[in-house]
Amino acid sequence: MDGGLAQEAAETAAEEGPGEGVDIDALAAELRSICGTDHTLTHHDQLRTYESDGLLQYAALPGVVVLPATGEEVRGCVEACHRAGAPFVARGSGSGLSGGAMPVEGGALIALSRLRRILEVDLENQRVVCEPGVTNIAISEAVGPSHFYPPDPSSQIVCSIGGNVAENSGGAHCFKYGFTTNYVTGLEVVLPDGQMVQLGGNGLEMPGLDLVGTFVGSEGTLGVATKITVKVVPTPETTRTLVAFFDSTSEAGEVVSAVVSEGIVAGAMEMMDNLSIRAAEGATGAGYPQDAGAALVVELDGSETECEARFDQVVSMCEKGGAWQVRVAQDEAERALIWKTRKAAFAAMGRIAPNYYVQDSVIPRTRMAEVLRRIEELAREYDLKVANVFHAGDGNLHPLVCYDGAVEGEPERAEELAGLIVKACVDAGGSITGEHGVGVDKKRYMPSMFGDDDLATFQRLRCAFDPDGLANPGKVMPTPRLCGEVPGPYREHPLEAAGIAERM
Amino acid sequence: MSRQSAVGSRQGLVEQLRSAGHDGHPVRFSGAGTKLAWGSSVGGEEILRIEAREIHEHNAGDLTAVVDAGLPLRELQETLAEEGQILALDPPLGEEARATVGGIVATSDSGPLRHRYGAARDLVVGMTVALSDGTVAKSGGKVIKNVAGYDLSKLFTGSYGTVGAILQLSLRLHPLSPENATAAGRSSDPTALAAAALELSHARIELQSLDVRWEGGTGLVLARFGGTKASAPADDAAETMKAHGLEIEVSADDAEWWGDQREAQRSASGVVVRVSGVQSQLATVLTLTRDLGARVVGRAGLGLSWITLPGSGDPVATVGDLRRELAPSPCVVLDAPESLRGSLDVWGPRDRGAEALDQRVRERFDPAGVCAPGLMRVR
Repeated sequence: MDGGLAQEAAETAAEEGPGEGVDIDALAAELRSICGTDHTLTHHDQLRTYESDGLLQYAALPGVVVLPATGEEVRGCVEACHRAGAPFVARGSGSGLSGGAMPVEGGALIALSRLRRILEVDLENQRVVCEPGVTNIAISEAVGPSHFYPPDPSSQIVCSIGGNVAENSGGAHCFKYGFTTNYVTGLEVVLPDGQMVQLGGNGLEMPGLDLVGTFVGSEGTLGVATKITVKVVPTPETTRTLVAFFDSTSEAGEVVSAVVSEGIVAGAMEMMDNLSIRAAEGATGAGYPQDAGAALVVELDGSETECEARFDQVVSMCEKGGAWQVRVAQDEAERALIWKTRKAAFAAMGRIAPNYYVQDSVIPRTRMAEVLRRIEELAREYDLKVANVFHAGDGNLHPLVCYDGAVEGEPERAEELAGLIVKACVDAGGSITGEHGVGVDKKRYMPSMFGDDDLATFQRLRCAFDPDGLANPGKVMPTPRLCGEVPGPYREHPLEAAGIAERM
Repeated sequence: MSRQSAVGSRQGLVEQLRSAGHDGHPVRFSGAGTKLAWGSSVGGEEILRIEAREIHEHNAGDLTAVVDAGLPLRELQETLAEEGQILALDPPLGEEARATVGGIVATSDSGPLRHRYGAARDLVVGMTVALSDGTVAKSGGKVIKNVAGYDLSKLFTGSYGTVGAILQLSLRLHPLSPENATAAGRSSDPTALAAAALELSHARIELQSLDVRWEGGTGLVLARFGGTKASAPADDAAETMKAHGLEIEVSADDAEWWGDQREAQRSASGVVVRVSGVQSQLATVLTLTRDLGARVVGRAGLGLSWITLPGSGDPVATVGDLRRELAPSPCVVLDAPESLRGSLDVWGPRDRGAEALDQRVRERFDPAGVCAPGLMRVR
């Protein structure tokens, strides 16, 4: 950051008052008056429940946890934090895998789990309006069986739509259907100063900048969404699913490329390597061969005639591509089992190793074989197991670096290996994260994708929404930065005093 | 008339923009200039015509491409078609089909393929932009799935250049459909047309495009399918239309129908109002169009319609009437003759909080306030 901006930042800090830190007791009292004593937590044991999200290796104890029940209460909480100069973090179901909802030590955590009403189901116009704490699956349940909500993260039974909006969540079906950002048309947002704004609406072309698209995936750093309007779509006429077993991931990868180059847009194409197959088999007992080098799940959906023709093509491509077994789901129960086994892979990894790092890198699909080989080499070099379970259609890998936290030096070795895997993916023209978000976990990798000017430009957006840097500070950007308005003399910023941000 | 300068190179544009920012003189960005009349220009800006038009990458196996903003879309499509691929954006291309990828993205223009593939915002996966202080920044990447950093391409898509200039775009591509077939249904009853279109929009079928049209006292529903067996679902769709009393026709030779749909989104001499509503307003839109003696084309499943007002009557009053009848759906004026532009409220009413937030964003990205100032401002 240049000196001018740092100086400007000082003025903002000065306007807010001395950097004596946050009076958390006073803030808690105010939050209590908004949300009630039962929903304002300050006891150490209660706070500990919220110290991590789905990524347990990152933890921080918030100063206060508040559970508002309405959008208006959320607005009140954010406004109180802003007045107190207290950093705040919004949290949905806490199932995120990037540490994006990890609290700021001593700051406020706004848990949205009580905002779980579906406010409006307008099937005629294919829109659902809901509160942020509604689970992803609840939306599809509310509009089924005629319609469904396509983005389907593996955690869809628990994860919240508010969290999906923050992370721009994907899922197994996004190669064909797209991500959260392709389905959100409107947002009610509490800005970090406590002001409430309506962004977008039901329509697809609203006047003004596309701040809905800009907000989705901003990881809680631009404000808190309190009402979300999503588009739902008609359920496809038919769905056909198969799982094929190969000797190696490269063989299976060749089939994926063949399917794509044939112009077949699969609803989903998912791959598991041997380690993942074994772990998942232990969890669901689907009867997958334990010696298979790769399992490839292909799902086609659409009109009956089109789907049938294309599906036969895919089966023969698998066979020609070296599959020694192709299992076609004969009914909905068999299809559900294939998906359950695929989605169980993460959680089942505990059967392979006590701990693991989950990565979320993306590569251009054509580089898959080469990058997977590189990951194998690295794993051997570091003498650690790396399981792979990934969205093959869009090149989104989920390498799981397995380790034992009890063995001295192994966590550090695992972390280093995980970093090298990310680097290999970025070097191949990919991304550090496809759907989990940057959070705290991957912010150190941001400079491998983005230069100083790129990051400084990101910061401009953040400053437009949150000039005081209170919304989920310490996430996304590799180095905390402050915003400024007007040049002035240096005064310590409250976040600096709290050790959250530093001037560069 | 504004001064125009052609800027051949990317570096040239960055320099010109930087000096405009430094001197505080307002600029607008233009590709082929086919949509320069859109928005609420305050006049007097220098128009920087972006001419860089290279295809930097076409990664057929990854279904991605990286192109300069000044590349004409038609040129890109010709190159992609050689590999059986398409950028699934098919807006009207304007005079001599010159419209550029950058201009289409900056105005978020779209065509019938939007039904199946979404709009520019859904197809741009990365962007390099220039700001008025000379900063060149990229966001996104070259892979179709990527959530690293803020999605600045959403901010610039549809921004009319009011945040900065788009230099280069990474695009998501799709396979060209091996076959197409369209079911067409005709009727002079707006209610029957709307009912047929809405039933199709909710049917468990995979439509590529679903359009309606009304012109000269009669209307049309068009349902297009792609794939290897496109005619089978088209026949089914025709049956649905028939059940609503429409006169049907199915054809695989359907390019002209769809070309006409695209063309009717523009008008060289009339006023075009784009309505962004919901599906259930379709019958109202068709009936209003009939009663006005106007023309409309619409994306029935998306709630988007382009109404071309009749030459007679008072367009300013008509736009106001449309806004009242269709509220809260935004009705934005796109094409309009020069003589009328001053008196038309182009953007219509808008949430004040969102408008203020837009301004805060622009102040950060363009502190000099030189990037198409006022072009998107509501009255």
